[in-house]
Amino acid sequence: MSSVKITPKKRSYGETLRYALYVIFHPFDGFWDLVHEKRGSLAAAHTFLFLFLLTRVLKLMYTNFQFISAPLQYINIYEQCGSLLFPFLVLCVANWALSTLFDGKGHLRDIYMAMCYALVPYILIQLPLIFISHIISFDEASYYTVLMSFSLVWCLFLAFVGLMEVHDYGPGKTIIFLFATVFGALVILFLILVFFSLLSDAVGYFVSLYREVLFRLY
Amino acid sequence: MRNKRFLALLICGLLLLPPSGLAATDGFRSVYTYTYDFWNEVQESPDAYRVDQVLYSSALGLTKPMRNPQSLFVQGQELYVVDTGNNRIIQIHRDGSTFTAVREITEVKGAEPADFAAPSDVFVAENGDMYIADTNHNRVIHTDADMNVIQLFVKPDDSTFDQSLNFLPNKIVADTSGRLYVLATNVNKGLVKYEADGTFTGYIGANPVKYTLWDYVWKEFFTTKEQRAQQASFVPTEYANVYMDHEGFIYCTNIVFSEYDLLSDTAKPIRRINSIGSDILIKNGWEPPIGDLQWVEQSQDYGPSKFRDITVFDNDIYVAFDRTHGRVFGYDPQGSLLWAFGTKGNNEGAFLGAISIEHMGNDLFCLDENENSITVFTPTAYGQLIYQASDEYLRGDYDASADTWRKVLELNANYPLAFVGIGRALMRQEDFGGAMKYFEMAHDRENYGRAYRYYRKIMVEDSIGWMVAVIAALLIVPLIVRKIRSMKEEVEASEFRKNHA
Repeated sequence: MSSVKITPKKRSYGETLRYALYVIFHPFDGFWDLVHEKRGSLAAAHTFLFLFLLTRVLKLMYTNFQFISAPLQYINIYEQCGSLLFPFLVLCVANWALSTLFDGKGHLRDIYMAMCYALVPYILIQLPLIFISHIISFDEASYYTVLMSFSLVWCLFLAFVGLMEVHDYGPGKTIIFLFATVFGALVILFLILVFFSLLSDAVGYFVSLYREVLFRLY
Repeated sequence: MRNKRFLALLICGLLLLPPSGLAATDGFRSVYTYTYDFWNEVQESPDAYRVDQVLYSSALGLTKPMRNPQSLFVQGQELYVVDTGNNRIIQIHRDGSTFTAVREITEVKGAEPADFAAPSDVFVAENGDMYIADTNHNRVIHTDADMNVIQLFVKPDDSTFDQSLNFLPNKIVADTSGRLYVLATNVNKGLVKYEADGTFTGYIGANPVKYTLWDYVWKEFFTTKEQRAQQASFVPTEYANVYMDHEGFIYCTNIVFSEYDLLSDTAKPIRRINSIGSDILIKNGWEPPIGDLQWVEQSQDYGPSKFRDITVFDNDIYVAFDRTHGRVFGYDPQGSLLWAFGTKGNNEGAFLGAISIEHMGNDLFCLDENENSITVFTPTAYGQLIYQASDEYLRGDYDASADTWRKVLELNANYPLAFVGIGRALMRQEDFGGAMKYFEMAHDRENYGRAYRYYRKIMVEDSIGWMVAVIAALLIVPLIVRKIRSMKEEVEASEFRKNHA
């Protein structure tokens, strides 16, 4: 065995962005190289996540009212983004935590990157859909819904393949881990709740102690 | 100087006076009339109806006051009140805004027994023939205007009718050919239908049985025979009331349903049934006609609207009377809420025992069985404008309709139906862009889509030349550029060869 170690050459930000187009059309190859050949970058992943959130907000705000009537007077952009970002990150962490225990090859960084690259079809389809929604009429809504569902199915498929390649799992094991990940995310949520309720109790204790001391001193 | 001081004092004095001119004169300071917007939130609305007067027994000149009246019926200028507690029917004549009791019907001629026992409904045909649901005598009496009995409708002698049950006719309607439809207590197969000669011809419009797969599995595998015997069998529920519209379709209201069925619109509190008994009510509104969409939490009357009666205008606008909150809901023929008003209580325009509603022209009569009173509502200018606009549209007078809707908007800028009305009129005038604007304000997707399709067609047709030109340019220009470039290269190559030959 020759111990020649090929160090992948450093790729530019632009190249890693463009690589997403290869990943979404050739997911099996793409995700493998994304992580193992370092053809993707965290910066690009952050970009895709940001674009995903942006698409979501733009979609709510600018889609023709024939298809989406969001109550804009009540919508809080930060809340909308948070409600997507938080579960996304919790699921990444849960998946990492569980797969590490069962010889998954992926690091948290790899999982996060793969998941972000899997969001690309959402951006590529839904962003133009905002424009298309102003061109088609209510009777043609089926085109709109088909494209929308297609983008979601594509994203889910990519996420599935991404996890498979990142961890070097088989399809069956990946499916099991998808369910386990959801369960793990619930456990994390529970722990967060417990942590904050205990924290507020602890803080409350010190606050009342402080008040008591003040009361005695005066 | 002195004058100025006096003026200042006068102004201060005026400011101290209670703002009587500004307050509503009818005493309703809270939201009385309202509609629901696209987000199902209550939007205050100007009053579509106001109380004209409340008719009590004393004012009508009745010696014996009304007791627990159950039903109203209007034919021409006559208002009939079924005074169930006193076993009589009171005929009230209306002349403008004066109401006088002209007749008290307590018995018929030519039938035994001649009097009534707890009658619960009356139907008066155009020729003056009366149908009286004489509930505790188990019969419906058909008489002429002078109370001579023409026909008795009694318990059907038929195997489909459970002979162990009493025949208790509750609500009745008759069509122009004298066919009678009876809503009978304890009969859940639908309305009992009779021919004019008194023969029973079956049932119509049964409330469909709700039976889910889970119900079946539970009953079949998880209950013992004894438990099953104790459980209620799957039976359809009875209707609360019936009304026959001018076209001969029967409107029914249903008050027995679970709250969750309202979400999926399987409860169908208002139905319009055709001759084979299926529900053909049009529901093109944002929500089906179910009354209140928001219920006040922790209130004593929390719960869905329960329509005890319904009345249908000649222009297919229907008005339902809700017992839960003492409210009146008006819907247009498409099923959109026109207005809702009313409240619970015992002041004017409020109801405790909402039981029956009728209309005479555009005026509404609401019967309260606990107060023993009939409240007469007359439409305000705002209410009249709404009717006028929809009538003009039905007549095909679209320009006038749009103008009337604009007047409605001046009174209530939150009224989506006005936007839709103007939009539809603009569409008839082929101003599709303008129509789209109005439909968008009303959140009317279907109509917007329709207007947009025409708009788009015109846009494309107008600019097709430009579009073809642009596309052609996009295709051809690169070709030409490439051609020129290759020619240039050839020239250069030949020159190179020439120079280096």
